[in-house]
Amino acid sequence: MLTKKQSMSKAIRFVLISFTYTFFLFSSYSTFAQEDTSDGIPTDDSSVSAGESTFKANCTQCHAIHEKVIGPALKDVHERRTKEWLLSWIKNSQKLIQSGDEQAVAVYEEYNKIAMPAYPFSDDEITSLLAYIKVESGKEPVKEVAETTATDSTTAEAPVASGYLTAVLIILVVVLVLILFVLSLIVNTLTKYLKEQKGLDEADAEIVDQRTSFQKLLTSDFVIGAVVFIFVALLLKTAIDGAFTVGVQQGYQPTQPIAYSHKLHAGDFQIDCNYCHTGARKSKAANIPSPNICMNCHEVIQNIEGKEGVSKEIAKIYEAIDFNPETGEYGEDTKPIEWVRIHNLPDLAYFNHSQHVTVGKQECQTCHGPIEEMEEVYQYSTLTMGWCINCHRETEVNTKGNDYYTKLVEFHSEQNDQPMTVEDIGGLECSKCHY
Amino acid sequence: MKQTKKYWKGLEQLDNNADFQERANKEFPDYLPIGNEDGEPSRRDFLKLMGFGIAAVSLAACETPVKKAIPYVKKPETVDPTTPNYYASSYISGNDYCSVLVKTREGRPIKLEGNKLSSISGGGTTPQVEASVLSLYDQERLKAPQIDGKEVSWETLDSEVSSQLAAVSGLTIISNSIASPSTQATINKMVEKFGAKHVSYDQVSFSGMLDAYEAMTGSRMMPQHDFSKAKTIVSFGADFLGTWPNRTGINKQFAATRKLGKDKQDMSRLYAFESNLSLTGSNADYRLPIKPSQEGLYVANLYNAIASKIGGEQVKVAKLHDDAVLNKAASDLMKSKGESLVVSGSNDVNVQKLVIAINKLLGSYGSTIDATKSINLRKGSDSEFENFVKGLNSGSVGGVIFYNCNPVYDHPLGDQIAAGIGKAKFSLSTSDRKDETSSLVKYMAPDNHYLESWNDFEPVSGYFSLSQPSIRNIFDTRQVQQSFINWSGESVSYYDFIKSNWEAKLYAVADSTAFMSFSAFWDKAVHDGVFEIPTMEDQPEIVVDLSGVSSGIGRKYKVDAQGLELVLYQNNSVADGTQANNPWLQEMPDPITKATWDNYLTVSPKQVDEWGIKIGDMSTQKVKLTANGVTLDIPVLPQPGQAYGTVGLAIGYGRTVSGKVANGVGVNAYQFAGSEGGVVDFTVTNVTAEPTGEEYRIAQTQTHETYMGRETVIQEAVLKEYQKDNQAGRSFPKIATAEGYKKPYAVSLWQGHEYPNHHWGMMIDLNSCTGCGSCTVACQTENNIPVVGKAEVLNRREMHWIRIDRYYSHSEEVESLSGLAKIKAMEKASENPEVTFQPMMCQQCNNAPCETVCPVAATTHSSEGLNQMAYNRCIGTRYCANNCPYKVRRFNWFKYHDNEQFDTNLAMNNDLGKMVLNPDVTVRARGVMEKCTFCVQRVQAGKLEAKKDGRRPKDGEVVSACASSCPSDAIVFGDMKDPESRISQLLQIQVGEKSVESKEPRAYHVLEELRVMPNIWYLTKIRNKDQESKTDKAHA
Repeated sequence: MLTKKQSMSKAIRFVLISFTYTFFLFSSYSTFAQEDTSDGIPTDDSSVSAGESTFKANCTQCHAIHEKVIGPALKDVHERRTKEWLLSWIKNSQKLIQSGDEQAVAVYEEYNKIAMPAYPFSDDEITSLLAYIKVESGKEPVKEVAETTATDSTTAEAPVASGYLTAVLIILVVVLVLILFVLSLIVNTLTKYLKEQKGLDEADAEIVDQRTSFQKLLTSDFVIGAVVFIFVALLLKTAIDGAFTVGVQQGYQPTQPIAYSHKLHAGDFQIDCNYCHTGARKSKAANIPSPNICMNCHEVIQNIEGKEGVSKEIAKIYEAIDFNPETGEYGEDTKPIEWVRIHNLPDLAYFNHSQHVTVGKQECQTCHGPIEEMEEVYQYSTLTMGWCINCHRETEVNTKGNDYYTKLVEFHSEQNDQPMTVEDIGGLECSKCHY
Repeated sequence: MKQTKKYWKGLEQLDNNADFQERANKEFPDYLPIGNEDGEPSRRDFLKLMGFGIAAVSLAACETPVKKAIPYVKKPETVDPTTPNYYASSYISGNDYCSVLVKTREGRPIKLEGNKLSSISGGGTTPQVEASVLSLYDQERLKAPQIDGKEVSWETLDSEVSSQLAAVSGLTIISNSIASPSTQATINKMVEKFGAKHVSYDQVSFSGMLDAYEAMTGSRMMPQHDFSKAKTIVSFGADFLGTWPNRTGINKQFAATRKLGKDKQDMSRLYAFESNLSLTGSNADYRLPIKPSQEGLYVANLYNAIASKIGGEQVKVAKLHDDAVLNKAASDLMKSKGESLVVSGSNDVNVQKLVIAINKLLGSYGSTIDATKSINLRKGSDSEFENFVKGLNSGSVGGVIFYNCNPVYDHPLGDQIAAGIGKAKFSLSTSDRKDETSSLVKYMAPDNHYLESWNDFEPVSGYFSLSQPSIRNIFDTRQVQQSFINWSGESVSYYDFIKSNWEAKLYAVADSTAFMSFSAFWDKAVHDGVFEIPTMEDQPEIVVDLSGVSSGIGRKYKVDAQGLELVLYQNNSVADGTQANNPWLQEMPDPITKATWDNYLTVSPKQVDEWGIKIGDMSTQKVKLTANGVTLDIPVLPQPGQAYGTVGLAIGYGRTVSGKVANGVGVNAYQFAGSEGGVVDFTVTNVTAEPTGEEYRIAQTQTHETYMGRETVIQEAVLKEYQKDNQAGRSFPKIATAEGYKKPYAVSLWQGHEYPNHHWGMMIDLNSCTGCGSCTVACQTENNIPVVGKAEVLNRREMHWIRIDRYYSHSEEVESLSGLAKIKAMEKASENPEVTFQPMMCQQCNNAPCETVCPVAATTHSSEGLNQMAYNRCIGTRYCANNCPYKVRRFNWFKYHDNEQFDTNLAMNNDLGKMVLNPDVTVRARGVMEKCTFCVQRVQAGKLEAKKDGRRPKDGEVVSACASSCPSDAIVFGDMKDPESRISQLLQIQVGEKSVESKEPRAYHVLEELRVMPNIWYLTKIRNKDQESKTDKAHA
């Protein structure tokens, strides 16, 4: 959910396109590659995708392909170990360690004697898991590819078009101003010439002598009226706009008791939002995680970037939950963490996370912005009623696979060929949010 | 000699010159020379200060307050903030019981729902059950144990109490009836250990019935009655719908016999012989007002009438002058022999013996009465209690423990107990607050609230239920049972104690194949809240022995006794007064009188005229009432249906030590009750009353007595007509148009609404609504409705979203009159009127008159058929309320929350009380209109659950609070677009292009001629009477 979705999708598109080209160009090689299953690990699409879902559901908390997390990086693990070894390790690592297997004991020692839990997978599941790891090992670390390609493609496309337009416009304006200047010069010269001429008839003289007095123009009723009107209108507009921002806390970024970084957790480590915000899928509040959820990882991860000792910020979690990192024991003297609430809806508005996340299938980023890039969280959206309403007007209802909506979709399609938005099913009605 | 050290601030203090002295006397040095030469502040200074002030205020206002979000440290797995959890538990107060589900939010109980799994209470609630969740957050509760009024620790109390108990002789434990087997076991421990005596009593005594059964069956018990099997019910002063134990269950059973439909064209018939107009009497088909001094004769004459036909010895008693209704009742009872039921509320053992004899003759045992099962909620013995009081005053009772009871207040011998407590060496109360009794004792060991406690119950033999704590102890209180266990020298926790009891007694007899282990059995019992293993025994033999009955009846009852008689009764709001400090109950209108915040004498209108008391709009006068040697000034309320020559007075009021809500409201009626010969008698003869002329105002929510012949409001018929024509009693208004008369809905300026998704609707069966008022309090709890207090009810500003209109019929002579005289006469209820209850709330009109007049579109129509009310849009013009034909909109005249002037609104005026508020519903501000929303928060929550599962909502998932609380299933809520839903089936809904029609012949809209097209249907009231009802006569 919390991936860098936009840049990722671009990256994926890029990678896909290049793969397609590569596929056409070197189809003979790729066919050959697919047959390379001498290690007993297939690389066909179905096993890879099955492996991918298993991997994402179970392994990502401790493992990544290209880097060490809690457990080792899994790149080329199928080459380092035999398949049989991997099968028994994943099924029950402790058993393997106790049997005295050298490799197993070495890994266990290396990773601070943190046991990998036993997973009751079948051989097929593990094989597809390895297939996924094998395929992923062949790829470059995705993150960097994504960033470079993303910037490349954006600089390549958008600025060209808009820059060109701007240039044309500027040139046009310059040309017009020049023409204006030249024309006024001509008029001036001609007037001067005519004034020197005697013997103009009265009517012509009047035209030539006409004093377009600038001062007269400025003091004319019309101009004064217009200026006053514009001034008052601008003032009013500013005042009204200002009034609309009262209570709007967009950009609100208070200092939190713990310098928790969403960029690190959600961005770099790609931890699913729902892992910590347990309520987002099932209840009204998304829930700020309780320290016991932090401790799932931070009982082990005590510092960042491989530093020794306990990090200052992580120590605050330990203090809250009364955990002693030396002994690994929990005490009774707990103190809740008082986070500063950033997103404050007024009490009169009812908002339910599960309605939007589980039913509406909205991404967290839709409202919370690029949270995976935020070192410190700020309020991204205005959270005003107008903002809610706008989204309800524009957003199509996610009805796929939800029998609740079947009748509604039928009814809607009978009367309307536009897609069914939230507004169409009463999403703008007062009592949907106010009661 | 001791020297005093001197300290000084500086040299000037040491010098102490005149200049220093002058400055030292000023608190603030005047550095800032504000003001003119002459010392007066200048206009400029004023402007400067004001400018600064405004700037400061606006700056301060712009800064948004920092809000904290504090998560759990260790989140319990089962608690998700903002998601409610439900726990099965049992309501217990005094001797009342109801199986409930406790809705908790973030660990706070906020609402109680009936537990549908219980076959005893049947899934409904009572007003007291609904309100009890607020009593949990009552600040008047004791916060710690006390000795002599000083707070102490439990250790101190335990050690003192233990040493006292060891020394004391003649210890007596006083309680209300105990329906909990484990509680009884802990009391027994105390009894064994200290040679104590346990005496129980009931506020409303059933001693007479219990003693009668003891005489005839050998066991002292109140058998289980099954009203659902009865075709003919005769009640002599027994308000079984309003005050009997387990009345949720009884309401359900009774209402089941009153339902009519396609497949059920017959209903039960109820006769009521009573003095006060009770809830039961107002639901009766035939009601006869009688004096309490005649009651025994009526029962005896009924017995004789039946015995003469069926066979049995006659009782020699005086004959009644007019026994037409009684003979009719007798013949109906005999016609439905085996499906008949006679009940009496009398506490006279002779009357109860006759009732048993009648029921035996009618073959009720094994059918409508199950004597193998006893109701354990009323077991008190008046005679034992009287002995205790004597012992207390003679000094033979050395120590007394009052277990959650308050006899100084709620027993007629209260004065003697109050005087005697001091004579006992040891006195302890476990009451949750300082009350009339506990304020006199030495030791206070406050009990938990029932929502904080583990407990078990056996309300009816063989039917068990559990209570589980749904919140941690709010104060430093301890469960009494735990105290008893500790004091008797054991160390087991009460929870383990209950568990081991259940393992030994219930798991042993439970179906062993159904459960893997005891813990599985226990988990299921805690989850369900109930465990039922009814025993299948033969009915015990009833030996009818009526010797001495006739002389007893003859002595006590007279055919036409002179003089005024007083009948005490329990009303359906404050009930026995245990929860009198609960403002929701105080403000709940009495179902019959519609009065709040008071008790009063109910007097027949004829008597009021005789006394020459002028009754105005909610204004009345007081009379000086003397009964049983007690004299009090009590206001009078004219009550149609009150037997002439009697007056009624509600118990439960007149608390003096209870809390700021209850203290000083009304008078204490218990002290009038007689307690002669070991029987508490709520009927008192030889009463005198003298008008005092003192003016008084009673806050009533309905002052109009009849519906003035508006047959589009109340539509009723008698059963015979209904059987002939199911549409009997219906009124079909017509609208005159250019093309002749048309049905109102055929003529409309409105476009109509399209409801593509849901169309919520409600059906209210006037035939099964007993008027109990559970829905009113349930709605108040669910929707954060404020309590406004007596003064504001007098201003007609009560806030209840659902009211129950009670209409009396007017007398038949009216029809012969005409013109203004007729209209005047129609306003007056007849002497013994028929009563109809009509729950009235926002009708959610499809063509809503309120919507069109709102200048700011604060009330609009939803695509699901609801009238939505957006509080924050409302500017309070009140046009909508003025344009509402049903008068169901409520205006917030004041800020009722955080306002000292409304300090009886406990749920909104202190931090503890606020814990009961429903977080999903806004607390409305001053100046805002509000009304019933069809519990839109529940509708939304139900829809969301369905959407999350990717399905349509199931019928019954979305239920409004009123429908859910209704013990008689009179209110049905559902989606009329769903053809399978109960409401669609019952109303036979036909969905048209832009409208919904009901094909149920009884279904009608109130004020149909207005064409507002409500989404609430009412079903006609059908009375099981022989003759035609008056309204139909008028039609013909």
